[in-house]
Amino acid sequence: MRLSYFIPLALFLFFAGLAGYMLTQPKEQNVPSQMIEQPLPDFTLAPALDGLPGASRADFLGGEPRLLNIWASWCLPCIAEAPHLERLRTEGVEIVGIAVRDRPEAVADFLSRYGNPYTRIGSDDISELMLEVGASGVPETYVIDAAGNIRYQHIGDVRAETVPLLLEKLEEAR
Amino acid sequence: MIAELGLAALWLSAALAVLQMISGAFGVKGEGSSAHALYARPAAVVQAFLAVLAFFLLLYAFAITDLSIKLVATNSHSAKPLIYKLTGTWGNHEGSMLLWVAVLALSGGLLAGLERRLPEKTMSATLMVQGFVALGFYAFLLLSSNPFERLPVPALEGGGLNPLLQDIGLAVHPPTLYIGYVGLSVAFSLAMGALLTRQVNPDFAKILRPWVLGAWVFLTFGITAGSYWAYYELGWGGWWFWDPVENASFMPWLAATALLHSVSVLAARDALRTWTIMLGVLAFSMSMLGTFLVRSGVLTSVHAFAVDPERGSFILVLLALYIGGALTIFAMRAGSIAEGKRFSFTSREGALVFNNVMLSAILAIVLFGTLYPLLTEAFDTRVSVGPPYFNPVGAIFAIPMLIVMAVGPLLRWKEDNPKRIQFEISLLAAIVVAVIAVVAILGSYGILPHLGLGLALALAIATFLPLRRRNLRRVPLATWGMVCAHFGIAVAVFGMASESAFTSERLAAVAVGDSEEVAGWTIELESVAPVAGPNWTAIEARLMARRGDEEPTILAPQARNFWSPPQPTSESALITRWDGQLYAVIGDQAGVDEAGNQRWQLRVWWKPFVTLIWYGGILVALGGILSMIGRVRVDLTRRNAKAKGDERRAELEALDRDASTEPAE
Repeated sequence: MRLSYFIPLALFLFFAGLAGYMLTQPKEQNVPSQMIEQPLPDFTLAPALDGLPGASRADFLGGEPRLLNIWASWCLPCIAEAPHLERLRTEGVEIVGIAVRDRPEAVADFLSRYGNPYTRIGSDDISELMLEVGASGVPETYVIDAAGNIRYQHIGDVRAETVPLLLEKLEEAR
Repeated sequence: MIAELGLAALWLSAALAVLQMISGAFGVKGEGSSAHALYARPAAVVQAFLAVLAFFLLLYAFAITDLSIKLVATNSHSAKPLIYKLTGTWGNHEGSMLLWVAVLALSGGLLAGLERRLPEKTMSATLMVQGFVALGFYAFLLLSSNPFERLPVPALEGGGLNPLLQDIGLAVHPPTLYIGYVGLSVAFSLAMGALLTRQVNPDFAKILRPWVLGAWVFLTFGITAGSYWAYYELGWGGWWFWDPVENASFMPWLAATALLHSVSVLAARDALRTWTIMLGVLAFSMSMLGTFLVRSGVLTSVHAFAVDPERGSFILVLLALYIGGALTIFAMRAGSIAEGKRFSFTSREGALVFNNVMLSAILAIVLFGTLYPLLTEAFDTRVSVGPPYFNPVGAIFAIPMLIVMAVGPLLRWKEDNPKRIQFEISLLAAIVVAVIAVVAILGSYGILPHLGLGLALALAIATFLPLRRRNLRRVPLATWGMVCAHFGIAVAVFGMASESAFTSERLAAVAVGDSEEVAGWTIELESVAPVAGPNWTAIEARLMARRGDEEPTILAPQARNFWSPPQPTSESALITRWDGQLYAVIGDQAGVDEAGNQRWQLRVWWKPFVTLIWYGGILVALGGILSMIGRVRVDLTRRNAKAKGDERRAELEALDRDASTEPAE
């Protein structure tokens, strides 16, 4: 028995151990933003529809922490999260919306159907802000503290169980 | 009824695998003459019939869209064209696993039914291993991925097949690949059988060779077809992505290529015994590893289907059992099949060994690159490994390999004086230098395309040099096979290098009536109109492509939207010429021009000699077929002659005996 004949076996056992370990690990499919704990980038976006103001970085400064919600009228999960954003609004949270690649009439139609939880909606026609905050898709929701820093990122639609979590994160960001 | 029949056939096959295994074990224990050893061969043959029957029953269920079967309901749709209903059978986890198992049983059945040259004891050991391997995969299929599962209430309509898979390429390339992957199980079982019974010798190598060649030919066809499918169906103009699933098909091919060369050394010179056994184990291990990577979801891949950690754990257990078991037996036994004959480095064997090492090194590099993300993810770092790693690092070993490939076949077995082939070597070196110089004058391209073009041309010529001063009618078929396969590699390398050096690309927003120029072609957007297919609608562009002053050819790329399941795909349109391909893709609307006309994203490539990549692949596979036919024919002739000789000798002896007993009368 030469020891070198055991090398393939040893390599395989190492692989099998690694693969076995990785199988037991929860698979994180989302890529978290690199912008967490960083200041919100400077931006100014035009209003997404008549009647509500647009959004800029200055709107996040001072007062209470706020939510930045990246959504779009064409996005189906955004319909699912609308009632939960509405609940957050009734809890007294200010939500600033960013409508990605949208049209004013589509935005108005969406809001009339599913309610409007937003105090202001900026129109991000070329996904500019979306990319700058490190969002990988629509919808995403960010907790921004009063100093304008990104404190927390929620990827995907806000669900009933996400509401208390977001409220807690908003409290932490105070 | 169909589903129940299929399921019953699978359970019966599994039972026969148990019988085959036990009977094989008796054959190994008892000195070949155990009465219980007789069942292994028939068990394998009947098992093959049943498993293939089960697969055809599922095929039938897909053909008639039997929506009471869960698998059909989730993966098929009544509105699909019949051909895609059929191909949908293996476009999902359970169905493809059934195909895997059917091919595994079929390989075992063919081995048991056809192979009469092996000593009975080794055959018993081989069938035992084959039965053991099959049993694990039956268990996997029946216990965790039953393809025949019924729905309590039949579905009203099916969920449909991923539109990317609704293409004729999918009708061909997965089954071909599977025959290749799983065909290697025979090499695995034979290697283990020979190791267990200590029968690793030239006779064994000659028996192993056609089985390896057979699987390797299918693997080569499968990879070639898969690459072409990805090229025209995915619509981004690339032909190899270094995606984990592509690597999963490439790694068994590398191992099998190394194996069929080392097996030749073993057959001709009784050297490289342990190395050949190692490669035999490795080739099928790579197939199984690929299955694990694709189906367990440990790696993220564009191809990944049925991502399910539970199934992943099941396959990992099978891997541990088979690969781990085989490597353990190898480690214990390898010492007892002492290395065979020695040889000098400058000899045919020396060149073959060198390229074996190169192939294995490339295999190690691809394996490492494929598994590296798994390793880093264990430490919470996400990386993706792609062409910037694989191309240059692979080339470090591929380039010396191509050089030795050109020179090796010119060398003699056992020992040779390099001075004897001085002229050939200087000729080839001159070609490489000349090509590189010409290309460098033409323009500035990367170092790899330069080397690729030079080496490809040199190799293409070198391939035919061994035929010099030989009577072409008396050159053995296997040698023609080698020439054809090596020439195919040269052709493919030329295509790859040319594609990466000379491709021109044009991306533009065009309105109807506008035209674009790329590499001497003028492409005019004539119209954009909606078209409807059986289960999709599309925007179809009509492009008039003209090269110089010739008659224009019409290209019709489409941006398709399938509705079940809803998904957009891009159908490229191609014009093939002897010196390359024009590749056009139509994209989304891109606003309006100054005059207010609607503009469309149009992307065109001119890819010189790109088709050589796949022609090369086909040549390589054809070479394999020639070689296989040649080897089997020579071997059968020799065996027949030997049998006749034995008969004659026996008759003579009998005559002698008769003669010696006669006087007693």
